[in-house]
Amino acid sequence: MSVAPAEVQQTGTDEEAVLDSPWVTIVWNDPVNLMSYVTYVFQTVFGYAKPKAEKLMLDVHHKGKAVVSSGAREAMERDAETLHGYGLWATVSHDS
Amino acid sequence: MNDLAGFRPARTGGVTARFGAAQASIVRSLVSQVIELVSAEQEAAPPVEDELAAQLGLSDNAELPSDPILARLLPDAYADDADAAEFRRYTEVGLRSGKVAAAQTVLATLPADGGRIRLKTEDAQAWLRALNDVRLSLGVVLGVTDDFDEQMDDLQADDPRAAYVGVYQWLGYLQESLVEALA
Repeated sequence: MSVAPAEVQQTGTDEEAVLDSPWVTIVWNDPVNLMSYVTYVFQTVFGYAKPKAEKLMLDVHHKGKAVVSSGAREAMERDAETLHGYGLWATVSHDS
Repeated sequence: MNDLAGFRPARTGGVTARFGAAQASIVRSLVSQVIELVSAEQEAAPPVEDELAAQLGLSDNAELPSDPILARLLPDAYADDADAAEFRRYTEVGLRSGKVAAAQTVLATLPADGGRIRLKTEDAQAWLRALNDVRLSLGVVLGVTDDFDEQMDDLQADDPRAAYVGVYQWLGYLQESLVEALA
């Protein structure tokens, strides 16, 4: 994911988790979901500040997908389930 | 459809919007169909999906099977089939009931004849998810892509989808106003 290098320059626990954890939740682009709604969901579900939520949303929009969270597999599955509840197209994968 | 007031923050907290009777009827009808669709058993689902397709004037169009609506509302969480099936086994019932609950919140808070409604934040968030599920469903039936606007410009007036393009776009406006009112 091209999102990772940008994350390296930042500090904070979830960015470090992106580097350390083998499991990730990915959100895929979708022509229906509103950009404002996707940003709102990232803020609401993950507690991300608006700039970070918007950056992730734009990554999804322009690159087709973005890693939105990382950590233990069970936690990623909970994230994917929550995102499905909001109608976002999320998958869990092992970050090789 | 011409009154595009949308949602705005309510002075007393939460959000507020005014719906005409026709607008309320459309929202309630589409939300009800999502309820039927996601609460139906897999085997019992086709007639309901056909109903949605029929209301959209697509019943004779075999090219647009309605299965993709459920596939979009209840997507696979893994690329691997076995992992996806396992995830689905543990999450699908809850996911379906969550979508039904959100849709029922809309029905419970939107009178059939419309009028001004006020939603507390929790209900407004359920509205957001329910409106999104309706738009995802319409998006599948209308075949919405990233080139949607160009695509719709080329739509013939006698295309049965034409009447629903306006509904789809209005719901997008409504949802956008709700996101902004909650932000």
